[in-house]
Amino acid sequence: MTEELDAGVVAQQIAESGQLSEPDSTREVGKARRRKEDARLLAGRTTWTDNIQLPGLLHVAFKRSPMAHARIVGVDVSAARDMPGVVAVFSGQDVADEQGSLPCAWPVTEDIVIPDHPPMAVREVRYPGEAVACVVATDRYLAADALDAIDVDYEPLPPVLDMAEALTEASPKVHESGNRAFTWTFAQGDIDAAFRDAPVLIDRTYVQQRLIPTAMEPRAVAATTDGESFTLWSSTQIPHVLRVMLALTTGIPEHRLRVVAPDVGGGFGSKLQVTAEEVLCLLLTRRLGKPVKWTESRSEGNLTVHHGRDQVQHIALAAEADGRVRGVKVELLADMGAYLMLVTPGVPLLGAFMFNGIYKMDAYSFDCTGVFTTKMPTDAYRGAGRPEATYAIERVMDELAAELNLDPIEVRRRNWIRHEEFPYTTIAGLTYDSGNYEAATEKALSLFGYDKLRAEQSDRRDRGDPVQLGIGVSTYTEMCGLAPSRVLGSLSYGAGGWEHGSVRMLPTGKVEVVTGTSPHGQGHETAWSQIVADSLGVPFDDIAVVHGDTAISHKGMDTYGSRSLVVGGMAVLRACEKVKEKARRLAAHTLECSPDDLEFSQGAFKVKGTESSKTIQELALAAFAAHDLPEGVEPRLDADATFDPENFSFPHGTHLCAIEVDTETGMARIRKYVAVDDVGHVINPLIVEGQVHGGLAQGIAQALYEEAVHDAEGNLLTTTMADYLIPTAADLPDFVTDRTESPATSNPLGVKGVGEAGTIASTPAVVNAVVDALRPHGVHDIQMPCTPERIWRAIR
Amino acid sequence: MIPAQFDYLRPGSLQEASEALASDEEAKVLAGGQSLLPLLRLRLAYPSLLVDVSRLEELTGILDERDHVFIGAMATHDEVLRSPAVIAGCPLVALAAATVADPAVRHRGTFGGSLAHADPAGDLPAVALALECVMVTSTRQIPAADFFLDYLEPALEPGEILVGVKVPKLGPGWGFHYEKFHRTAQAWAIVGVAAAVRRANGSIQEARIGLTNMGPTPVRARAVESALQGVELGEAVRQACAEAAEGTSPTSDLHAQADYRRHLAQVLTHRAVNAAAGRP
Repeated sequence: MTEELDAGVVAQQIAESGQLSEPDSTREVGKARRRKEDARLLAGRTTWTDNIQLPGLLHVAFKRSPMAHARIVGVDVSAARDMPGVVAVFSGQDVADEQGSLPCAWPVTEDIVIPDHPPMAVREVRYPGEAVACVVATDRYLAADALDAIDVDYEPLPPVLDMAEALTEASPKVHESGNRAFTWTFAQGDIDAAFRDAPVLIDRTYVQQRLIPTAMEPRAVAATTDGESFTLWSSTQIPHVLRVMLALTTGIPEHRLRVVAPDVGGGFGSKLQVTAEEVLCLLLTRRLGKPVKWTESRSEGNLTVHHGRDQVQHIALAAEADGRVRGVKVELLADMGAYLMLVTPGVPLLGAFMFNGIYKMDAYSFDCTGVFTTKMPTDAYRGAGRPEATYAIERVMDELAAELNLDPIEVRRRNWIRHEEFPYTTIAGLTYDSGNYEAATEKALSLFGYDKLRAEQSDRRDRGDPVQLGIGVSTYTEMCGLAPSRVLGSLSYGAGGWEHGSVRMLPTGKVEVVTGTSPHGQGHETAWSQIVADSLGVPFDDIAVVHGDTAISHKGMDTYGSRSLVVGGMAVLRACEKVKEKARRLAAHTLECSPDDLEFSQGAFKVKGTESSKTIQELALAAFAAHDLPEGVEPRLDADATFDPENFSFPHGTHLCAIEVDTETGMARIRKYVAVDDVGHVINPLIVEGQVHGGLAQGIAQALYEEAVHDAEGNLLTTTMADYLIPTAADLPDFVTDRTESPATSNPLGVKGVGEAGTIASTPAVVNAVVDALRPHGVHDIQMPCTPERIWRAIR
Repeated sequence: MIPAQFDYLRPGSLQEASEALASDEEAKVLAGGQSLLPLLRLRLAYPSLLVDVSRLEELTGILDERDHVFIGAMATHDEVLRSPAVIAGCPLVALAAATVADPAVRHRGTFGGSLAHADPAGDLPAVALALECVMVTSTRQIPAADFFLDYLEPALEPGEILVGVKVPKLGPGWGFHYEKFHRTAQAWAIVGVAAAVRRANGSIQEARIGLTNMGPTPVRARAVESALQGVELGEAVRQACAEAAEGTSPTSDLHAQADYRRHLAQVLTHRAVNAAAGRP
């Protein structure tokens, strides 16, 4: 049974916030419902991929390269084949003619270099952890033991680690074709004019360190076949896309391949991928005729889950003496890693339209080169391109404020789009449909106690307190709800951005909803139920939402880019409307009136001005029995719908961070964090709150804690959680969160998406705060993560 | 966890455990598993036999003796930090135990295991050193000063098992503090300082300082200890603590460079001494 949140913390926040829609007790939308999926997820009483047991199941383990770059001279698997419990051992060479190449679905330019990407390396390894052989055994332990018996003879090749060096003539090559994958440029307005004789020029280089997405559930894959058809279970965000791509990659006909994403424990983009392990598990079950399963260890995951970020951003800003921005010029090096995976080259492009942030300017230019290195490929990670862009512009706006000795809020005010200017087409060509930066900022400043903290900062500076206070702001926006199919097409992406929903009233009046989105922690079952409950007038608990299995959900584009509610929730709403329309025709037939004479309220059609009515449950039964259907109405009350948005949605907000920096040790501790987000209408405030908290943690993690570190030979040093630091609740402050509400105009729900906002906003807010604390020491940048040692060295 | 194969023995007596360990060079003691299990999981250790000492009576319990507290090797960090005998008799141990890892680890990891593992990044070896604890093994008693030989190398002979630790009660007038510097709550100390300070008449009479992660073994900051003798609280303490890194040999690794560790040792020693002396 689902309970409402009785403590009412969230509800109270909504009530106290004048700008938000009034909660209506008769409506489900807007209620802080506890998530109906949580009991089974939290208790583990569900099917995670690793829980799957199949008769005769065999276990797979991968032999991985201990080197960043080497030629494979030979792989001797003979000893491993003789180990107890070992069923088969294959090297890359053994499967070379069958394994194909992992796909890249986003060829961003005509001349992009997409190297062959064998799931298991055959001749050369190009990143640490790349698979070179695999063992199939009767249990996981024996499979792992047999890995030790595989003898791989490597001839070391020089690693390629630094992007700028990689682009020089003298650099060793990752691929024969060279280290440049593509160069993509974009320009609007007269950038030279904007920079010519500009009174203020700010020129900065920021490093977006490489991050390792760390979903709570490691990746896992299981595969089986009956000799003709195949089923693949994977801890994936994208069962539908995966099915298409695997059919293209493996040659298994699409209609013979079922892909299932059972309950999935987090992804953050890292499970938006077609992985080597998925392809190889299908290949192994095809070769052996037996079911197989693979689950990664955490260390294996740190090496071979696709990594995130890793850009060197050169950003130049030209401004008038009063702080008004003339133009922004961005030159980006984006580390692709060793290969282009599913959307690797597209990630920096998602940022291309965001480096202008919420600000008006006359000119903008963007130039991005994707570079191959001997590291794990990068790909989408929470925010994918947008956090990087937001970081650069929000950092550089603070630099502009410092240069002009203006308050950072004031500089932003002088440049941002005013609320009466919406819809506003930005210099990057996007049309921001709605927003109110003034309102969000005012609310944030007041919750933060901005003036008081500024006074304390000044006081600490004056008395030379060893603990200095810094205040950071981030007035971010982002584009989400990925995406209008026509826009994706114009950016050369291999697919569209529509979503599908199916709503079926069952004979007993209950409702089954099938969604093409693929939740992996977001709470779709709850939020979709709230939408359906209001639309059809049925109880929340009478609704079940199913997803993630291509045999059940036959159409879908899956979950990433804060798209599920904006696109998938809308598809479900559209399907509800179709169901209601069908029910209306049936009700009119049954009640012997015109459909126009019916009014629908609280789950029943009533003949206007009479007591004569039919509930939607009664109509569902009648539609099932089909004894007396009107002409042209088919049995059952059900409908399918798709939704393809006309525009992106643009959440925005103002985040403020106060940070205490101990100048004796360099330790930075967040003292106060205020997040005021505008994500449009809110279906479930509790889920929004959870997404914001998790997002903040992840963005703060980039600012202060996380970094994938390689040594000079290219070995990844951060392969365990003792070395790759992830903050937990113990390391994070209490977050003060609130919202403003400017509904999106691109969808009738007025929703914008909230999955990435916290991550995008918080990283620059935190680093701005760190730098703000240190400005009296002459510091204007600290490279992320702002470790105590880096801070200490900066102020020595 | 997918470790390599090993045999497992849970002996019923200390003697049986010692014999099993002595008869097999590749055997390892398994206590709470705090350090051993990660090594097994990463296949960095391939022991032939794990001797599980968790059921040995001799290794359990925390006893309040007249001049010391005896902490059984199998006492978990959580038991230690909540023990009235420890809190009253040797509070520094409780203070440091409370900073070990996270609650889940503190309920499994053991006091004896942390010392016998002899990891200089662990919080308890520096405390044992500063408090001049005595290690009680299956065959003898070893002063802490002679126990930590090198990185992960305790002075235990094959077959010798750490049974417990005698922690001296320092008596009235002493104050204590453990200053741990780490980036996240669950992370290892970059540097830690265990300080015990005896104060009288506004000045420091005696100080004992152990440093965590400032070399291959835990180390005593002897120079600071002698510089602090008779020093009044205030600026003089800071000056005395400037010698904290003397005689240490910290490593440079992923978490910190050696010069930064030396700097931290000074700052943190100053803070630990002040805190132990009751000064905010």
